[in-house]
Amino acid sequence: MTGPLLALRDLRVCFRTGHGGVWGRKPVLRAVDGVSFDINEGETLGLVGESGCGKSTLARALVGLERAAVGEAIFDGRDILKMSPAEFRPLRRDIQMIFQDPFASLNPRLSIGRILAEPLFIHRLARNRAEARAKVAGTLERVGMDPDAIGRFPHEFSGGQRQRIAIARVMILAPRLIIADEPVSALDVSVQARVLNLIRALRRDSGASMLFISHDLGVVRHISDRIVVMQGGRIVEAGDKGRIFDAPQHAYTRRLLASVPRIPARGV
Amino acid sequence: MTEITAPPQPARPPRSQWLDVWDQFKTHRGALIGGILFILIVVAVYLGPYLWGIDPTGIDIRARNQGPSWAHPFGTDQLGRDMLARMMAGGATSVSVGITAMLLALFLGSFVGILAGYFRRLDGPLMRLTDLFLALPLLPLLLVMMLLFREPLSSAFGLERGIFILIVVSIGITSWMPTARIVRGDVLAIKEREFVLAARSIGATDTRIITRHILPNVLSPVMVSATLGIASAIITESALSFLGLGFPPDFPTWGRLLFDATDYLQQYPERVFWPGLAISLTVLSVNYLGDGLRDALDPRIRKR
Repeated sequence: MTGPLLALRDLRVCFRTGHGGVWGRKPVLRAVDGVSFDINEGETLGLVGESGCGKSTLARALVGLERAAVGEAIFDGRDILKMSPAEFRPLRRDIQMIFQDPFASLNPRLSIGRILAEPLFIHRLARNRAEARAKVAGTLERVGMDPDAIGRFPHEFSGGQRQRIAIARVMILAPRLIIADEPVSALDVSVQARVLNLIRALRRDSGASMLFISHDLGVVRHISDRIVVMQGGRIVEAGDKGRIFDAPQHAYTRRLLASVPRIPARGV
Repeated sequence: MTEITAPPQPARPPRSQWLDVWDQFKTHRGALIGGILFILIVVAVYLGPYLWGIDPTGIDIRARNQGPSWAHPFGTDQLGRDMLARMMAGGATSVSVGITAMLLALFLGSFVGILAGYFRRLDGPLMRLTDLFLALPLLPLLLVMMLLFREPLSSAFGLERGIFILIVVSIGITSWMPTARIVRGDVLAIKEREFVLAARSIGATDTRIITRHILPNVLSPVMVSATLGIASAIITESALSFLGLGFPPDFPTWGRLLFDATDYLQQYPERVFWPGLAISLTVLSVNYLGDGLRDALDPRIRKR
């Protein structure tokens, strides 16, 4: 319990864009440009910023989906960016990601049971089908779904239910760090709050840490302990939730806060 | 929390997925008819010769150019050979060539397409190879292959089997390119879908991602190429026989029968009709069969 669970030091992800002519150098887009922060055990860190500021690229770099990432990402004392894919594979169990779009994140050809059993078999957490099935049914209950869903297919479920299934796929591995990349922004407003509360409850029960990425300040305020504000691939401000919301230091944070539409309490 | 200690059992027992596939397949009337027709054709061409004892190569010069009769339901040709027996013998060859050549082309095409689409480093070389094959003039290539390999294969496997292998291989390796292109395009699109990223982030290996997440999702275009592939393989085999590059002249195939009959088109048009009808029906039934299978294998359509 000494030191943070994840420590990012000067993380950079660059993409080459376009061709830049025959002789010219290819223009480079710095999607993430020198980001450093820590996530402590059991803490929820909110990452906010407008779309295109590098939030999702950062998330993908942390789960090894972005090979172009340089810098240091020390997870539990080891730098995950320096690892080969084979070295990183066993660690993937500890760092799991919830994706934004529940309509794209579940394979339409596999039944829910197979989707949820896959991580168990990959990480050898179940010895046989019956054991996997029992675990899958148990996890479905934890996310508030009927275990009957096992034999059904993703297209039979609504967005909120699909996101619950995607959350179940993450939670079934009991990760130590959950990376939630805009997990509720593709959902109906009426469903958002329920899924959000589910994520919060599951995180609290499992004691995992979480990096919660969103452009929605209200959502971030609801769920996080600390907040990091990103703009153009850099961190402009970081601090406790209360401090960021009550006394924003940076001009960008102030503009971000001012842009939240407010609904009058009652009456006009 | 509620006290559920025993693992919760789903109400519905796990039902075999293939049973669902069959249920959906039955609802597609065209596919059902196509499937039955295809099975009938296959049974007729493979088992028919055992019931219809006339030798397809037996010449009876006194009974030549006859119309349909009880002795020869499809008539006889210019050498008095029984057309029904020749149709069945020819069908056995044509259907076998069609199916095996299609399977070979499909395997090659999917293999190249998936590798090219999935591994960025292989994309350039493999697609240039595909372009190269597409640019090759087909007929001279087939000619050279026949010339080079006919003798060694015939001596190694016997005349008929040697030529069968040669024809299947040459049709297979000259017709995989469209499949490869279609599959590559689909793989490129599916690879970026979040469920593939999710599979990778839970630690799935490339092999697992390809076989469980990508392959089932490119099934539709593969099925379509498969059904079209059988048709074009039968037709290519006919063209080869027509040019004298395929099976020996006295060895019947549907293409060969069609070719032989064109000389007598004016006098005996029915002789073109039978092989033509057989080819068309086979192709049509396989197309419907593939259509139905594609729908039946898609869970989104299945449970509707």
